[in-house]
Amino acid sequence: MANIAAGKGAFRALETIFKDQVYNVSYGIYRSISVSSLYLSSFRNDPFNPNESRFDKILVANRGEIACRVIRTAKEMGIKTVAVYSIADNNARHVRMADEAVCIGPAATKDSYLNIDHIMLAVTKTGSQAVHPGYGFLSENAVFVEKLEAAGISFIGPSVEAINGMGDKLESKRLAQAAGVNTIPGFDGIVNDADHCVQIAREISYPVMIKASAGGGGKGMRIARNDDDARDGFRLASQEAASSFGDDRILVEKFIDKPRHIEIQVLGDKHGNAVYLNERECSIQRRNQKVIEEAPSVFLNEGTRKAMGEQAVSLCKRLGYYSAGTVEFLVDSEQKFYFLEMNTRLQVEHPVTEYITGVDLVHQMIRIAKGHPLLLTQKDIPIKGWAIESRVYSEDPYKNFGLPSIGRLYKYIEPLHVPNVRCDSGIDEGSEISIYYDPMICKLVCYGNTRNDAINTSLEALDSYVIRGVTHNIPLLRDILTETNFIEGNISTNYLSEVYPDGFKGRQLNSTDKQHILAIAACVFSKMDMRSYTFLNERPSTAKRKEPAEWTLVISLFDEELQCDVKKVGNKFHVHMKTDTLSVEDHINLSSPLIQTNINGKPIVMQLVSKDASGKLQIVYQGTTFTIFVLSDKASKFLKMMPEKPTVDVSKVVLSPMPGMVKSVSCEVGDTMAEGQEVCIIEAMKMQNSLVAGASGKVKAVHVKAGDTVGEDDVLIEFE
Amino acid sequence: MRSKMALYCLRGAVRSNYIRRNYGVCGVQLFNLYSTAAHTLRVNQQIKEKRKRALLGGGESRIDAQHKKGKLTARERIHLLCDPGSFVEYDMLVEHTCSDFGMEKQKYPGDSVITGHGLINGRIAYMFSQDFTVFGGSLSSIHAKKICKVMDQAMLVGAPVIGLNDSGGARIQEGVESLAGYADIFLRNVLSSGVIPQISLIMGPCAGGAVYSPAMTDFTFMVEDTSYLFITGPDVVKSVTNENVTQEELGGAKTHTTTSGVAHKAFHNDVDALLQLRNFLGFLPLSNKDPAPIRICDDPWDRDVPTLDTIIPQETTEAYDMLEVVVNVVDERDFFEIMPNYAKNIIIGFGRMNGRTVGIVGNQPKCAAGCLDINSSVKGARFVRFCDAFNIPIITFVDVPGFLPGTGQEHNGIIRHGAKLLYAFAEATVPKITVITRKGYGGAYDVMSSKHLRGDVNYAWPTAEVAVMGAKGATSILFKGKPDVSKYEAEYVEKFGNPFPAAVRGVYFKIGIELLFITTVSS
Repeated sequence: MANIAAGKGAFRALETIFKDQVYNVSYGIYRSISVSSLYLSSFRNDPFNPNESRFDKILVANRGEIACRVIRTAKEMGIKTVAVYSIADNNARHVRMADEAVCIGPAATKDSYLNIDHIMLAVTKTGSQAVHPGYGFLSENAVFVEKLEAAGISFIGPSVEAINGMGDKLESKRLAQAAGVNTIPGFDGIVNDADHCVQIAREISYPVMIKASAGGGGKGMRIARNDDDARDGFRLASQEAASSFGDDRILVEKFIDKPRHIEIQVLGDKHGNAVYLNERECSIQRRNQKVIEEAPSVFLNEGTRKAMGEQAVSLCKRLGYYSAGTVEFLVDSEQKFYFLEMNTRLQVEHPVTEYITGVDLVHQMIRIAKGHPLLLTQKDIPIKGWAIESRVYSEDPYKNFGLPSIGRLYKYIEPLHVPNVRCDSGIDEGSEISIYYDPMICKLVCYGNTRNDAINTSLEALDSYVIRGVTHNIPLLRDILTETNFIEGNISTNYLSEVYPDGFKGRQLNSTDKQHILAIAACVFSKMDMRSYTFLNERPSTAKRKEPAEWTLVISLFDEELQCDVKKVGNKFHVHMKTDTLSVEDHINLSSPLIQTNINGKPIVMQLVSKDASGKLQIVYQGTTFTIFVLSDKASKFLKMMPEKPTVDVSKVVLSPMPGMVKSVSCEVGDTMAEGQEVCIIEAMKMQNSLVAGASGKVKAVHVKAGDTVGEDDVLIEFE
Repeated sequence: MRSKMALYCLRGAVRSNYIRRNYGVCGVQLFNLYSTAAHTLRVNQQIKEKRKRALLGGGESRIDAQHKKGKLTARERIHLLCDPGSFVEYDMLVEHTCSDFGMEKQKYPGDSVITGHGLINGRIAYMFSQDFTVFGGSLSSIHAKKICKVMDQAMLVGAPVIGLNDSGGARIQEGVESLAGYADIFLRNVLSSGVIPQISLIMGPCAGGAVYSPAMTDFTFMVEDTSYLFITGPDVVKSVTNENVTQEELGGAKTHTTTSGVAHKAFHNDVDALLQLRNFLGFLPLSNKDPAPIRICDDPWDRDVPTLDTIIPQETTEAYDMLEVVVNVVDERDFFEIMPNYAKNIIIGFGRMNGRTVGIVGNQPKCAAGCLDINSSVKGARFVRFCDAFNIPIITFVDVPGFLPGTGQEHNGIIRHGAKLLYAFAEATVPKITVITRKGYGGAYDVMSSKHLRGDVNYAWPTAEVAVMGAKGATSILFKGKPDVSKYEAEYVEKFGNPFPAAVRGVYFKIGIELLFITTVSS
């Protein structure tokens, strides 16, 4: 394990799955890696014919972690890779990983990653034979696929017909029904008007869901529990649908209360074969975006799993579906399942399936695109162990379970030293999380024999995951993984709003945990104090004085204050609080972001985020960052005499820092801006100065427009 | 101090026992002896009482008033500033000499200032703390003499002087004696300059002539909301110029740290200020004969910093935060920035590299494109001279588009103020390392610790471009009147928009950032 280069560890666990003689010999490019995950070492389930033909070069029309993920497998197959990138991504990991890279335009996605013409140019210029689209961007764009096919380039994904058929909600439901898939009871057609809507709703029986046919992402969706709701719902949903999608067709279906979101991974080939790779449970969502996914699901019994899988396969066969796909179901409390939609691409959460089945989905996708038959049959696909994926996002979990945050990762260490951890990530230390792209930092996938093992591995990994420079959602992820309902498997798509009705407030520490964090804070302070006495080149006369070894401290966390006596004895700090004395081993390195030491002999992991001379410490414990003030007893006594300062709110306006010309304004009245997001650019001395929002909020007024000349301290933008 | 008092008591006790044992037999002698013993005891008692009074300063009600203003007393400040039990007080029982205006009836042991030496993180420092509870901290001749005494001692020993200022001004009752006292202090400020570090922490009013002492010290810090520095207060301003202005606007911490540049940094309150001051002292050598301190270092000197690869934007006109470069390079992101809110187009401050203090100077492209103007030149020059005087190596990060043009600058003397920075860098003989992160244009390139001004090691990052001016300006002069100026512009960019022209002339040690982390500079 020790000789795995840290940077290459992202796919270590996956590599262990593939560590197989046949594979090694046939592709002949395998790195020598030692294997830590014992039960995975002999487990690989990815059959192929070593003599089968391969693409020579493929282009990955995506960025970030998924581009890296695809490139990795392509490399293992001995296929040359081409990355495409926008100017903003010129130094990104996927660019460095690929054999070739082509710049396809400026940062904005519509000019680069969504620009079909530029990508087509890149494909022809590099002589790529196939294109893997990843997820998002052009992955489900039939026009793109048609263009590729017209140019004789293979698309590593399904057919145009499959994409079109599954892309429309009404159409896909009709196709699913025809394939014998359970669908949500509802009206199979277009709703004419509000009265019609009420009539249908009554037929189906309330509650019903009124939604846009072309919809997605929660837009144009309304729940109706009675006739009035239905009338309003129809009106609002059709308006939203018209404005969001330019298509006001509406459908009505049965609304399922407390549903689980469980999806079936399928693989089909161009020879009419299809298999299902079991399920993934993705119920923990916020605003229809998944947060934690796992495979298998705690909820399904063997019968339901089989029924769901078989229906999914039947749909594939009906469609003539090839490549990887996902059939999403809603499952109610009685294990009745209903078809939701089919995603005709590789899903974000595919690694959990790879873990429990041993199949490298990207590998199979590439083989299938080349026209090779699946060598897997249904009986070859097991469920082995348990995998949990936590999506680590650059966002503030305290605000609506996650509002995007941006910044540069000045410190970034993935927890790859923990066995059975896979980090699918497209960023490195120093990368910038910008407003242009998805704020996902990493998919942390943890594996175990049992669900509990997987949870414990996840906790250990999250505790030692070092991310500095952006606000991230590890506090929330860490808390969910220890929450009773989650542990018991009692989850639904309403999980977050039910468990955290008032929003997420950070980890609630019990008294022992509190003692631990206070003890560590006291030791960090003492260690800093000792160090401030230790100079290596002082005059001998002053160097005589010895550093202190005893401290009487006052520590405050939230509004609580606690007196604490610390004594350095040998290699240990004895921390006395109230009636207890804790013994903390001095393994604290003030330069290291991680604090790994023992309290009373028990190992503990915390993170030191910041420290300053005023006694303010920021320590991460159990995922959440706590701000702790540590002062000597005399400083604390004096501090109490100091008056409270009124907090000055400077975040409501953006002032021009200097005279110059407004180059561009990137917000409008009514926009909601995240803290640190650019609101406008002022140009002075031919240099652009990006001005950012001081706090998240809604724009109240914009006083300037591009081309205006402004003076220093002019108010440019006001927030509500 | 407490131990010293204990020593007095102990000595007294030994002496009385000695008397009793040896002379107890003779009655007459006994009486006499006991009378001298009684005298001794009485003196002891008087000393105790005087000490007690000295410790109380202006009395409990004035102490309460001081606390109500959100300020600590002079003694509490010293107590917090020094390591526990290390303060040794001078002249605790001295009293003022004024006998006019009934002053002879109001005397306080120690008068309106507390002086002495103590240890700060185990290192010696001399200090004075003006006591606002005694005559409003006003400066009497004795007050000045006490301060002069610690300043003289500090010079003798070679240790920093820290002034905690909280004084209403001159002791008006004393007249010229008080003014003479100021001048005595000013002279010592000047003579100590560059020999020992002098630091002023303004913790209350500091008005009139008194302001010139902090102004001549190396660093002037202030406490928000409770400290003021001005030549004349709002009332005088009103009567002379008819301006209405509050104390805070005229000379508060915000004014001096953002507008006037008089103060180097402001802290939230007394406690914060004193704790930060203790931390700050750790960056400074004790005197100009001591090397820059090397504190034990946990941050690996050869730590790789991939973040530096991504900070400089692709677009050469796009701004970035030079502070990001600085904090990623120094030990533990611990950077004590000086004047963070004044002339923000230049960054100055102290950090450590492999434990040793270094002075950092950097252009800040985020503010006014990082150009040099009057304020930033003066700010940078003073800092460079301090580092040079006190053996602190200087690391300069250069991204400068030039000097700021305009009548405002020219009429106010950008030429002579800009010259100060040039002079300071050229004069400095401490180790100088320079990193050109992006632009080095025109005369400003020369100024910013260039190789030609005795820079020891000068690096260029791959994004560096050194030229006389930007491509557009240059070609409009070189090819004036020619039709296809834009073609020449591209040629100019090709030629100068990269580190090669200077590299081929041997200006740099090496292109590329990997060598930046040689932190063991010799001194």
